[in-house]
Amino acid sequence: MTGKIAIIGDGDSITVFKAAGVATFAAENEIKAKEILRKIAKEYKIIFLTEELARPLSTFLKRFDEEPYPVVLGIPSGSGSTGYGTECLKNAMERALGVDILFND
Amino acid sequence: MARLNVNPTRMELKKLKARLDTAVRGHKLLKDKSDEMIRRFSVILKENKLLRDEVERELADTLKQFSVARSVTPSYQAETAFAMPSVAIKADCEVRSIMGVEVPKLSVSTDKRSDGLPYAYPEITSEADHSVERAAALIPRLLRLAEVEKAVRMLAEEIERNKRRVNALEYVMIPQLEETIKYIKSKLDENERAAVIRLMKVKNKA
Repeated sequence: MTGKIAIIGDGDSITVFKAAGVATFAAENEIKAKEILRKIAKEYKIIFLTEELARPLSTFLKRFDEEPYPVVLGIPSGSGSTGYGTECLKNAMERALGVDILFND
Repeated sequence: MARLNVNPTRMELKKLKARLDTAVRGHKLLKDKSDEMIRRFSVILKENKLLRDEVERELADTLKQFSVARSVTPSYQAETAFAMPSVAIKADCEVRSIMGVEVPKLSVSTDKRSDGLPYAYPEITSEADHSVERAAALIPRLLRLAEVEKAVRMLAEEIERNKRRVNALEYVMIPQLEETIKYIKSKLDENERAAVIRLMKVKNKA
C-alpha cells in the first residue's frame, strides 16, 4: 500500500519540500490549516504540519492518534523549533509512565 | 469494599469462585502485558527523542539555507520554478503490531528518481539546488520520525488504557469477589450451625 505525503505550512517553509516532491498546502493560520487537514486527511497518509500551526490545533490533532493512518507530524518551520515536538513527547511519556526518563537532567 | 448483591447459596459460591479465578488470571496477564509495553515504550521513546533532535536541527538548517538561497532570485521566478515538481515522493505504508497495537510502518518509495530538480539550472542558484537535495535526503528520516512518534503516542494511549484495566481488576473486581465469597461462606456456615443446633434441641425435647 502506498500513500502520499503532504505538508502544510506557511509559504516560505514549504517551498523547498515542493521541489523535493512533497505535495504542499499553504495555510497562513491554524483555522485554514484545520480546514485543509479535514479535506486531505483521507487522501494523504502522511501529513507534516509546521509547529506554529500544530500548536493551537493540538486537541484537534488528538483524534488522529486513534488509527494508524493518517500520520500527522509537527515539524519546525523556517524560524526554528518552538519545542512543540519535545512537549508532545513529554506529554506522552508522562501519561504512560508517570515518570520522566528523558529530560530529568 | 462493597460486596456484590447475590443470594448466599452454594451455586453462587461456585460461580463466584470461578469468576475470581478468571479475574486473578486476567489480572496477571494484563500486568505482564503492561510491563512489556512499558519496556518497549521506553525503547521507542528514547529513539524518538534522538531522532527528533537530529531532524529538527537538520530541518531548521536546511530551511534557513533555502530561504537565503531563494532570496537571491526574484520571488515570482522562484515560485514558477518550484511550482511543478518532477518527482513525486510516495511512501510505502504498512501496519506493524507492537503488543497488539497497530502502528504505522513507513518507508520511502520514490517512483522515478530522475535527476530530481524540477527546474532548469539558470533560473535558480546552486545553493538552492543544494538545499532541495538536502530536503529530499531528509525525507526518509522525517518519515521514520513520523512513524516512531505515532507509535509513541498510540502506545502511550494503550498503556494508559491497560493500566486502568489492571487497576480496576486489582482494586475493585478482585476485592469485591473475595469479600462476597467470604460473606457467602460465613452465611453458609452459619446456616449449618443453626441446623445442627436445631437438631440437637429437637432431639433433647423428644
